[in-house]
Amino acid sequence: MSRFGKGKFLNRLFELAPIILLYISVLNEFDFNYLNLAYFSFNFPFILIFYWSLKKPENLGYGLIFFAGIINDVVIGFPIGTSSFTYLFICGFAAYLKNITLRSSILKEWLFFLFTILAVSSLSYSMLVLFFKLKISYLDIIINIIFTFFLYIIFASIFQFYQKLITVSEKND
Amino acid sequence: MEASRDDFVIAIRSAFIQRGNKQRFSLFFLLILSILLLVLGRFNFSAINYIKVSVNELVYRSSFIVSVPENYLIDSYIKLTDHFTYYDHYQELKKENKKLKSNIENNNYIISENDRLKKIIDDYIIVSDEIIAKVLIDKQSPFLRSIIINKGSKDKIKLGMAVLDGEFLVGKIVEVNYTTSRVLLLSDLNSKIPVTIEPEGYQSILSGTGKNDGVIQYSKENISLEDGNTVYTSGSGAIFKSGIPIGKILEKKNVIYFSDFSQLRFVKIIAFEKGEN
Repeated sequence: MSRFGKGKFLNRLFELAPIILLYISVLNEFDFNYLNLAYFSFNFPFILIFYWSLKKPENLGYGLIFFAGIINDVVIGFPIGTSSFTYLFICGFAAYLKNITLRSSILKEWLFFLFTILAVSSLSYSMLVLFFKLKISYLDIIINIIFTFFLYIIFASIFQFYQKLITVSEKND
Repeated sequence: MEASRDDFVIAIRSAFIQRGNKQRFSLFFLLILSILLLVLGRFNFSAINYIKVSVNELVYRSSFIVSVPENYLIDSYIKLTDHFTYYDHYQELKKENKKLKSNIENNNYIISENDRLKKIIDDYIIVSDEIIAKVLIDKQSPFLRSIIINKGSKDKIKLGMAVLDGEFLVGKIVEVNYTTSRVLLLSDLNSKIPVTIEPEGYQSILSGTGKNDGVIQYSKENISLEDGNTVYTSGSGAIFKSGIPIGKILEKKNVIYFSDFSQLRFVKIIAFEKGEN
């Protein structure tokens, strides 16, 4: 009985891992700034939200993503609602891709991810510049998008491996 | 053609409007909620401000706790790099110490003379009680450079107060919550500070670049800035007193700050008042 309970708890924890990781990443802002690497920055929540919304949306509730966005805005000092808006749009793009795809292809997903982050970043930063009169370095945004795009494939492979592990663990239980 | 457009509409509708499996809200509803928050925030709707202050308090504390493991790693990394450069630093400090010792003797006389002159011109000289604050969050995003400190309106922190690292200016208070505040660093793109560049005494505006340096803006084209010129606050704008050291000129109009903003752990918050003549 207790073994069954423990297995169930672990499975639930595995299922919740993406949302836990998302909350840690928005509260902690993985950035590697302390390494003083000139221009290096990437947006980990973009990768995480796109991948899990595409592959297993039931593991990443939209309401929780909305709150993660609010937290991210508070941590980095953006107007409240900006990151939620961006994150939810990423979910929408991923859900659209999921709807129109019969057989998934990592290359297609990767390119669609680039299109998604370009579109949502343009939208959110236009909003910040036009309505909130914030000054933003466009070069930094472009570099951030490029690194986010290139790192997607690495994180997607890690998440894929993790998904396989969960499936095996669920089958064993 | 008609069919493909229908497919597109169905896919979009299904993605944004319909509630997905195990989802409590539809994307459309949450997107509208985000836009509503943005619009109300833009017009400083008071209810949004209250929500913001409450969320700020909660998130800043949580973020501090969540960042503990990463901060430990960062500190270890810095300690390790410091360890390998100890000897070079020691040699540099020895030279600097020698130079500083000779300067101290001259400074006491200049300080008393300066106080006397400032009283005459009615400048800001009295410093309010210093408030020492701990840096809770220093996650400097590539787009916004700010830090969160553990002092707020409860500790009499007010908007616009100067934030110093030792004797060096690092930024000003731009958001005050009950127990926390946000400091906009000088390196942020939105930071503009009136400065004096010595020894020539040029008046200008120091603007952040979003990187680790600043840039001198809105000065006459023909002013000749030299490497090593020192940048101080000018006292214009009645925010800071004049003469707070900020950094040094390096390569034309770039300013290297005296303080390393990535290493801030404790900061000093002060306001300036005029002395009575």
